[in-house]
Amino acid sequence: MHELAVTQQVLNIALQHAEEAHAKRIHEIEIVIGDMTSFVNDAVQFCFDALSKGTIAEGAALSFRRVPVTIRCRECGAVFTPDDLDLTCPDCEAYAGEVIAGREFYIDHIEVE
Amino acid sequence: MADQIKVVKNVLSANDEIAAQNQLLLGAHGVLTLNIMASPGAGKTSVIMNTIQKLHGRLRCGVIEGDVASSVDSEKVATLGVPVVQINTGGGCHLDARQVQDALEGFPLDQIDLLMIENVGNLICPTAFLLGENLRIAIASVPEGDDKPVKYPELFHQAQAVVLNKMDLLPYIDFDLAVFRQRISGLNPNSRMFEVSCKTGAGLDAWAEWLCDGHATLPNRVS
Repeated sequence: MHELAVTQQVLNIALQHAEEAHAKRIHEIEIVIGDMTSFVNDAVQFCFDALSKGTIAEGAALSFRRVPVTIRCRECGAVFTPDDLDLTCPDCEAYAGEVIAGREFYIDHIEVE
Repeated sequence: MADQIKVVKNVLSANDEIAAQNQLLLGAHGVLTLNIMASPGAGKTSVIMNTIQKLHGRLRCGVIEGDVASSVDSEKVATLGVPVVQINTGGGCHLDARQVQDALEGFPLDQIDLLMIENVGNLICPTAFLLGENLRIAIASVPEGDDKPVKYPELFHQAQAVVLNKMDLLPYIDFDLAVFRQRISGLNPNSRMFEVSCKTGAGLDAWAEWLCDGHATLPNRVS
């Protein structure tokens, strides 16, 4: 399954930071996911529920912050957010977009006790 | 009482670190490394086999094959007498850096100049995982249609070269070559396009030349 390995990484990073802070429990993990990546919230949640059992992250809430794709048109300079992943410029209709946001995939913070 | 701990850590950092190690190891041996990605059936293995034959006497080749199951591809490549290792992911939809690191153990890096890593057939998932390559190569094929770059933009944006295979079928398929070229350059104005046919051999000389140039311009070996 696609999200299994990356969710293991989410868990590893969260546990590492929690251990460094001598935390007893992780309550929340905020994950930032850009819409240009192939990662799906529900799949991450599903894998997390399975992987976190028995760890101090068990039961932690995952909060997902999605970053929409932002494109800058190389032809006319327009900056836009496409409706789907269609990179055609709405102003000049050129297919010449540079992705300036939407590739993110990181853990922003965790809440621990 | 809950405390917030700021993390700001890339989820894929563990993979990226191993990829960086792979890249250092390969660079130290002067090996140009390709991560070859395409949908199943586009012609990854055919391009690899034709490349090995074209480069005979010029660049020594090695191959890492990635598939969910079977050694069909590595067996084909082995008939050409080059070092080849098969990775079976057992269900995983992409190769990752750790799998490549394991495959590189014992690989005769002193005996090769070019390493071609054939990723799992998939236009989506491999894009997120660095392996330690110098170049990302996307292989498209005429029967797949000229809209694939638009439907799978990330891969074609990342690729430093796009090999359009099965050009011999162009007369029989509704494929607008001008539109395809435009879409590729729209996604990545710096990518090189190679229009080839593994069946007839057309276009493969230019591809082989480009690889030789790439090898010649690799940063110097770490002594």
